[in-house]
Amino acid sequence: MSLTTFSHVAARSVAHVVARSVANVVLRSIAHARRMSFALAALLLFSAAPITSAQQASSTMGTQFMSGTPGTYAIRNARIVIVSGADIENGTVVVRDGKINAVGTNVAVPAGAIEIDARGLSVYPGMIDLGTSMGLVEIPQGANPTVDVAEVGDMNPNAQAFYGINPHSAHVAVTRVNGVTSVLSSPSGGIISGQAALINLLGSSPQEMSVVPTAALVVNYPRAAGGGGFGGFFQQAQANPAEAATARDRQVEQLRKLLRDAEAYGRAMDAANADRNLPRPDADVVLASLVPYVRGERPVVFRADREAEIRAIVRFSEELKLKPIILGGNDASKIAAFLKEKNVPVILGGLFDLPSREDDFYDVLYESAAKLQQAGVRFALSTGDQGAEVRDLPYRAGMAAAFGLSHADALKSVTLYPAQIMGVGDRLGSIEVGKIANLVITDGDLLEARTHIRHLFINGRQVPLNSRHTELYDQFKNRK
Amino acid sequence: MRKLISLFVSLAVLAPVWGVGSAARAQQPQQRPREGAARGTSNAAATETLIRNATVLTITRGTLANTDILIRNGKIAGVGQNLKAPDRARVIDATGKYVMPGIVDAHSHSMSDAINEGTLSVTSMVRIRDMLNPTAPNLYRELAGGVTTLNVLHGSANTIGGQNTVVKIKYGRPVAEFIFPGAPPGIKFALGENVKRASSTVLPGQTRRYPATRMGQEEVLRDAFTRARNYKRSWDEHRAAVARNEKNLIAPRRDLQLEPLVEILEGKRFVHAHCYRADEIIMLLNIADEFGFKIRTLQHVLEGYKVAKEIAAHGAGASSFADSWGYKIEAYDAIPYNAAVMTRAGIVVSINSDSDERARRLNIDAAKMMKYGDLTEDEALRLITINPAIQLGIQERVGSIEVGKDADLAIWTAHPFSVYSRVETTFIDGDIFFDRQQDLARRPELQREREELLKAEVNRPPTEGGAQPGAPRRRPANHHDDDDVDNGEGDNHR
Repeated sequence: MSLTTFSHVAARSVAHVVARSVANVVLRSIAHARRMSFALAALLLFSAAPITSAQQASSTMGTQFMSGTPGTYAIRNARIVIVSGADIENGTVVVRDGKINAVGTNVAVPAGAIEIDARGLSVYPGMIDLGTSMGLVEIPQGANPTVDVAEVGDMNPNAQAFYGINPHSAHVAVTRVNGVTSVLSSPSGGIISGQAALINLLGSSPQEMSVVPTAALVVNYPRAAGGGGFGGFFQQAQANPAEAATARDRQVEQLRKLLRDAEAYGRAMDAANADRNLPRPDADVVLASLVPYVRGERPVVFRADREAEIRAIVRFSEELKLKPIILGGNDASKIAAFLKEKNVPVILGGLFDLPSREDDFYDVLYESAAKLQQAGVRFALSTGDQGAEVRDLPYRAGMAAAFGLSHADALKSVTLYPAQIMGVGDRLGSIEVGKIANLVITDGDLLEARTHIRHLFINGRQVPLNSRHTELYDQFKNRK
Repeated sequence: MRKLISLFVSLAVLAPVWGVGSAARAQQPQQRPREGAARGTSNAAATETLIRNATVLTITRGTLANTDILIRNGKIAGVGQNLKAPDRARVIDATGKYVMPGIVDAHSHSMSDAINEGTLSVTSMVRIRDMLNPTAPNLYRELAGGVTTLNVLHGSANTIGGQNTVVKIKYGRPVAEFIFPGAPPGIKFALGENVKRASSTVLPGQTRRYPATRMGQEEVLRDAFTRARNYKRSWDEHRAAVARNEKNLIAPRRDLQLEPLVEILEGKRFVHAHCYRADEIIMLLNIADEFGFKIRTLQHVLEGYKVAKEIAAHGAGASSFADSWGYKIEAYDAIPYNAAVMTRAGIVVSINSDSDERARRLNIDAAKMMKYGDLTEDEALRLITINPAIQLGIQERVGSIEVGKDADLAIWTAHPFSVYSRVETTFIDGDIFFDRQQDLARRPELQREREELLKAEVNRPPTEGGAQPGAPRRRPANHHDDDDVDNGEGDNHR
């Protein structure tokens, strides 16, 4: 029996009792094992089996669940919170061909449009979280076969989240039904973790989900405590501070050298393309993947929290002409003027972290968004979470508003600002004609925990408000 | 040394304005009353406080608009309109603000210098109250989230864990003043992956601790309670013999491990049992029924919604997360509708934090339950107030705003279920333990002090020849303290 046949049989045999998503987990773990021996693959299957035995969900939500229902829609009688300007009371939004086709109070409803009466409801643009690893991690602890977030080795610029994202992850639907419709999904390992994908949370394939498949290079800037950024969090500080500093400097030098090599590679390639008489460098997928970043054409997301690291990143980026974005940024508000001067945007991922120092004021992270805003720093709010808590994004914005951010800016910090930081402010983040129709229709303030979401559109498709969670709820809520 | 300096700074910064301990409190200068707000906002033993014109979420008697609360001698002395207070009383104008009872967190590991005594499978002899740290800075941060009472539990490393302690967060006071007077004693049990040590690395040559499966967990319980029953019988027989005036009796040897289990059998000690999966919940309830004792609360109980009728039939309470899920395999079927399903089944349900971080925003976790399963506002409010108080057996003292109850409450700038709300003042036994205006007023002075300390020789930066500092740890929001595998590194090892 070939390995493929074996995996199909195995998948079929568990299909009756396990969720489709969990069967996928098994299949994916086998796919990983394809290069291993048969025995190893079998072992992996059995080690994955206990994962499945706990789960009793069935997935019977049909194709709309994965792809939504495309069509022309007219959302009428709604309060429209366009975000980029004043709210429209009692207006209409027309959705057509996946885009926002018309917005206003005097909008003609196209013939054949499906009308949604949104009397008493509000329409918001979908929220965007730039600090996730959505689809790369199903169960982070005790279920390694479901984790695809960190490659082996320090420098993996060509590890693309786009190729690791599982569109069928339960996290995708759980997140979108709370109003978060787009995320940046980032790998997290080593120093250069790989490239992040900006995706919409709907689709049967990464291609269908994709907004920008290679949206940013993700770097854990090396630090003396070992590793870099969040990666260093799990490592012990090295015993000798001088050695730790030397190790960090060596890592920074390694990073610098690789980026310089990529710059040179790009120039040599351009020269060879322009002049056939010049020697052409051998194609190198790793260096080639870095070229757009060393040319400042695409942003580099640096994970860092501490002031010293953030300053070092800004200097490093100036030297190498990178386009940096800080992800994490717990100390960013302390150097807000510096970040404003250097025009470096921040994705605040730690609003709900406990302050890291004993003598920090209790609200130091709650008020960091307001401080960045006051200083004129471009910023977005994020959960900084791999997947399960990304749906908490609106409440972080609410907390920031409770501690000084205006309500309007709190809303922008999870819609328009993240879109602008990723360079897609013309496609996402507000309700304007021509933008991707990612719309959330609510019975109240989008950021409030009590608010219910009544309708959801992603890519102009109406999406059922189902998830693994509603499905389990439906299965058990009336058990007698 | 640097650590010492940093500790000094932290005490200076975080010690609330009313000082550390009673001696320090006596030395504190009197705070000036703050403008516009009140007379006598200092905590200097005001025996009466009048909170005026608030919207009061009483929990047990509905929501009252434009209502005053009179606090006298640490108790709620009046709830009503146009209450009068003597001239010496501290008066707080709470117009436009909300007052709710202090939040009760039924699952915490705050102020624990260790979480798990995980070396044995039955550690009923160890006590959380032996290692409480009253200066843990996170306590102050929890007060700033309106939390006043914590159930400080042993971790989940073993089937039968240590004895818990219920505390009031009297930050700045000696540890003895934290202990909730008269709270019934309890104990932590645990089932599932953490007990299996599923995520622990077994070093070469090391033996795995029994049990390593859910089968073994059932057996550990059965064995422990069988031994406890035998032990109880030996003492019962001995006491009967003493009562009969028999001579030359030798008392049974005391067993500190079995004594708490006998208290469980006698209904004198509450069991708080960490559990996830439906099958292990049923297992535990059945074994408790068989040995004739009650499970007071199922903790986490993420699949409680699958077996709600069995939980209700046993009479156990359930204390769960609002919407945490998917962080490990046994949490993959967790749903945010859990609290609603269990509430509808007639179970007393609470929402807990299991996290110093999450404790600071339990109000929002409770608010979510109005969305997930459509609990009413009153039902959702109960999840973090009177329900956990009932579960801990302290409902006569805290959990609602009623005359005669302890004056443990918080003033919020807006409805506490709104994400835009913020705690202004937190009272315990009528004393202020957090006040935002006082906190803000102290900051310039503390900032100056910090800058002075940073100039000290020991704080010289590494670039100028000073020692390399340890990196501050990032403490992410989604951490469950319960899962900590440490055996004693305490607060800095989360």
